[in-house]
Amino acid sequence: MEASFYHAKTRYPGIFGWIFTTDHKRVGLLYLFSTLSFFAVGVSLGLTMRLELIRSGMHFYSAQTYNAIFTLHGVIMIFLFIIPGIPSSLGNFIMPLQIGARDVAFPKINILSWGLFIMGGAIAVTSLFTGGGPPDTGWTFYVPYSIRTGTNISLAVFGVFLIGLSSTLTGMNFLTTIHRLRAPGMTWKRMTLFTWSIYATSWIQLLATPVLAITLLLIIIERNFGVGFFDPAKGGDPILFEHMFWIYSHPAVYIMILPAMGTVTDIIPVFTRRNIFGYSFIAASSLAIAFVGYLVWGHHMFTSGMSDTARIIFSLLTFIVAVPSGIKVFNWIASLYKGSIRMNAPLLYTLAFIFLFSIGGLTGLVQGALATAVHVHGTYFIVGHFHYVMFGGAGFGFFAGLHYWFPKITGKLYEEHLAKLACFFLFIGFNMLYFSMFVLGWEGMPRRYYDYLPRFNGPNLVATIGSWILAMGLIIMFYNLIHSLFAGNKAGDNPWEAASLEWQTTSPPPVENFATQPVVTKGPYEFR
Amino acid sequence: MEENASHHVATKTFVFVWIALLCLTGLTIKAAQMQMGEWSMVANIAIASVKASLVLWFFMHLKYEKRLFKLLLFVPIMTISIIIVLTFFDIWYR
Repeated sequence: MEASFYHAKTRYPGIFGWIFTTDHKRVGLLYLFSTLSFFAVGVSLGLTMRLELIRSGMHFYSAQTYNAIFTLHGVIMIFLFIIPGIPSSLGNFIMPLQIGARDVAFPKINILSWGLFIMGGAIAVTSLFTGGGPPDTGWTFYVPYSIRTGTNISLAVFGVFLIGLSSTLTGMNFLTTIHRLRAPGMTWKRMTLFTWSIYATSWIQLLATPVLAITLLLIIIERNFGVGFFDPAKGGDPILFEHMFWIYSHPAVYIMILPAMGTVTDIIPVFTRRNIFGYSFIAASSLAIAFVGYLVWGHHMFTSGMSDTARIIFSLLTFIVAVPSGIKVFNWIASLYKGSIRMNAPLLYTLAFIFLFSIGGLTGLVQGALATAVHVHGTYFIVGHFHYVMFGGAGFGFFAGLHYWFPKITGKLYEEHLAKLACFFLFIGFNMLYFSMFVLGWEGMPRRYYDYLPRFNGPNLVATIGSWILAMGLIIMFYNLIHSLFAGNKAGDNPWEAASLEWQTTSPPPVENFATQPVVTKGPYEFR
Repeated sequence: MEENASHHVATKTFVFVWIALLCLTGLTIKAAQMQMGEWSMVANIAIASVKASLVLWFFMHLKYEKRLFKLLLFVPIMTISIIIVLTFFDIWYR
């Protein structure tokens, strides 16, 4: 039996064996470590914001600091955690194993992507301490404020530009890998639905991210050279910025959620011991979401001054994107029906995902409808909604995947009861924190404000207490995983008795994944 | 690899395409002088699209590629086109 990739001889010694690696598994772990570090920072910032908002009035820091902190929270969570979260870490580690490849198509570009990601992150962090001080625009960098503010926007935007380039390269790499490096017998219909979701995600990364890159460069040009792309006085159009920003950033929502959907789709059959219900429909719905996701960006701009015709068209298109998402949810439920359910931690996180994502999705329709969108736009209702989708969806999907593939990645088992306890804390804390925001938003509390009227005190207190419970859940979860990494029992190669290809090699896998070239003769969810 | 094999294309084809590109450039200048209002944008994008297509099709040898590659290029171009059209639903009706 070959040694695992952890113990294999590398070209460079020690830490350089990681930083200059071309092994997709090591790159995946580099991403995992980096994104989780950024996540820890993002969570800490979020907790301080909730602490500041525990009651009306000023408590710990000034309004300007608050603006900088929510901007940083958003930029870190979106660009440095959720977007690379599943595709770049779990996708990098697991996807080549699932298709029976020895590595990704362009291993050197893979490590370059990670390097660009880290450089972008470092530049974004540097922007906090240099120039005119921390950016205070929110993660959306809306003009005209981002053009006029004296804070250090140009550097932060350039950091995000590099992160975008990293994301584009990863997308191209994965697309090529899935097209060219599948093992013999690995037909498109024998691929796991996680790989399908990575495939759809990669198309979005490849095609949408350059639009963001252009938009960010236009900000830098306008700030530094006074060219009036977005300035009406010079013939520009500020709403054009919102169009260009959301042409990327709405599809980016699907970069975040599609891999999470793929993850839970892989988990459900394993823990119900039956084939997935509606394989083709789930695969096709990933592609449909990726495509329709390009056409709905205008729903972020219903109150921006866009034309009525455009608002009606975007509202209609937004309802269409709910259809493939609904197909997935119903297929997951149908797959659970009459299954021999094993209630292990990955399935528990998956069930939490389905519940929270459904609430996130349905409240999305409230905002997709023009009349109600005008009422709730710019309120905490939106904040509640996108946290349900992004954290309840992408975040819980990520946690589910982390628990599901932990034995494959590390060769160790974690404490099952601690994992379940953490999930319980996370679920309770999450709902206290973010459901309160729906209530606050519906009652009219505006988002992004440093202070609020005393009548909003009650739900804000509940939300802040919820944030502590949520943090407790995260601490238990990461304690469990890190402790098990060193002291966990040996997992064996296939502890969940899964049928997909990544479980048919050793845990952890050897350097080029399989001792002999695997030949695929059946689907990924056929257990008998 | 077979797709890298050079295809012999008659020089006169390239010359014709070049002349067509020059004519289209002239047309762009003419269109700019015609004061077509909102339609000048449509005219400009249409002419630029034809020019880009000629370059892709003949100079970059897309004509001789496999159907899969044509499809892989066609889908993103269609997506971007739809995105541009949707943006104009705002700008034209504002």
